[in-house]
Amino acid sequence: MSRILAPALLVILLLAVWEAACRLLEVPVYFLPPPSAIAAALVNRAPILAASALQTFRMALEALAVATVLGGGTALAVSLNRSAEHAVRPLAVALQVTPVVAIAPLVLIWAGLDHADRAVIALAAAVAFFPLFSGVLTGLKSADPDLERLFDLYGATRLQRLLRLRIPAALPFALEGLRVASGLAVIGAVVAEFVSGSGATQGLAWRLLESGNRLRTADMLAALVCLMVMGLALSGLVGLIERRVRAHLS
Amino acid sequence: MAEVIAALTGAVVRYPDRAAIGPLNLTVAPGEIVAVVGASGAGKSTTLRLLAGLERPSEGHAVTTAPGRTAFVFQSPTLMPWADAQSNVALPLELAGTPKDEARDRAAVALASVGLGERLNARPRQLSGGMAMRASLARALVTQPDLLLLDEPFAALDSVTRRHLIEDLHKLWAGRTPRPAIVFVTHDIEEAVYLAERTVVLDAVSGQVAMARPAPGVIPRPAGWRAEPAYREKVEDLAAALAHAMPDRVA
Repeated sequence: MSRILAPALLVILLLAVWEAACRLLEVPVYFLPPPSAIAAALVNRAPILAASALQTFRMALEALAVATVLGGGTALAVSLNRSAEHAVRPLAVALQVTPVVAIAPLVLIWAGLDHADRAVIALAAAVAFFPLFSGVLTGLKSADPDLERLFDLYGATRLQRLLRLRIPAALPFALEGLRVASGLAVIGAVVAEFVSGSGATQGLAWRLLESGNRLRTADMLAALVCLMVMGLALSGLVGLIERRVRAHLS
Repeated sequence: MAEVIAALTGAVVRYPDRAAIGPLNLTVAPGEIVAVVGASGAGKSTTLRLLAGLERPSEGHAVTTAPGRTAFVFQSPTLMPWADAQSNVALPLELAGTPKDEARDRAAVALASVGLGERLNARPRQLSGGMAMRASLARALVTQPDLLLLDEPFAALDSVTRRHLIEDLHKLWAGRTPRPAIVFVTHDIEEAVYLAERTVVLDAVSGQVAMARPAPGVIPRPAGWRAEPAYREKVEDLAAALAHAMPDRVA
């Protein structure tokens, strides 16, 4: 119980201190609005924020799906051939260390300014690619060496080995990769939306920019709250999948 | 020449980072039980892998007349954690293309033969160490192998469980016609004398077979056999042979 109660109490306490400080010190609302103003903004802008959150959520989810297919697929292909792994890994690392902000304008040009959402999905997928690729590849090679020998001894085909040994052994690693990737996909989507700017997409990042330009700080913070809730929802969803699969595996 | 199911002839295995093993000379006759003892690094596991065809000698020959009729039990149970006992045991049959239903039926019979008939659906983590090793043994036996290779399979078990498993192994061996040949690697000389008809000592210094000793008596062992003078004598004899093959004799 205290695991739910304790953080809830802490949040309530912090909000109370914040509210009291804003009122007592007469902080201007454009600088730091009190929690009550943010709550009001959340209520007033609920329809527009919900629509935006849904769009960002959808883009992050699609990016995650793309990254899972591409990252997992590449890892699978590469795991079958050592030279292919040596060839691909540096490229994957290069992709990982290149800041998404830096390639965003380029991807935006390629996707076409009319399709900024595609650019956002592509960029978020690029950020989420590495943990999935790396997780699946590590997992595929993590099978017990004695089990590998057993498959040798009984003359298993490559397909049998992949389906019955390497993929099941890789799943926990893939899930770990998915968890990291889901956080990165949200970051990637927000950054990409920032860069595409000017309302090309109508996600939460755009709401943040839009409100910021108008100095409507309460609206900004309301959008930020939505973003946080969305991130938690995505991480909860992935956690749920992870628990289900893990229960099935062991 | 006597009948042979597997043989190493002048087999040498070279490693990039440590001393070579061999030349190893060892023949295994159909249906016999051979124990292989030796210090760590003497090449016990290598001997088994050569016999199984899992490793190729850098020099010399390793031949078996039982390709596809060989089974291996590793130091740890090596079960797939995501599959239940029955699926684990059915694996070798399914890999060989046996229809799934038949493979599962035969796996159930093999599990029953090692006393796990009631635990078909248990996952490896739900089995004790001894039970997991029994499942591993069932997986090796399910293909009715002619050559059974065991690499210190009971080393991690407590002594009571270990004795039970050795008795079971003897019974399973004696109960099959024709009997499978068993090559059993162990570092425990008492276990070697009790278990095997013949013990081979690997020399840690030369990496060769130092000597082979026949063990007395019949298998399965009669009750109380460990108290017999013949057994004690053989244990002491083997202990002396092993001490001579230890690396510190050159120190």
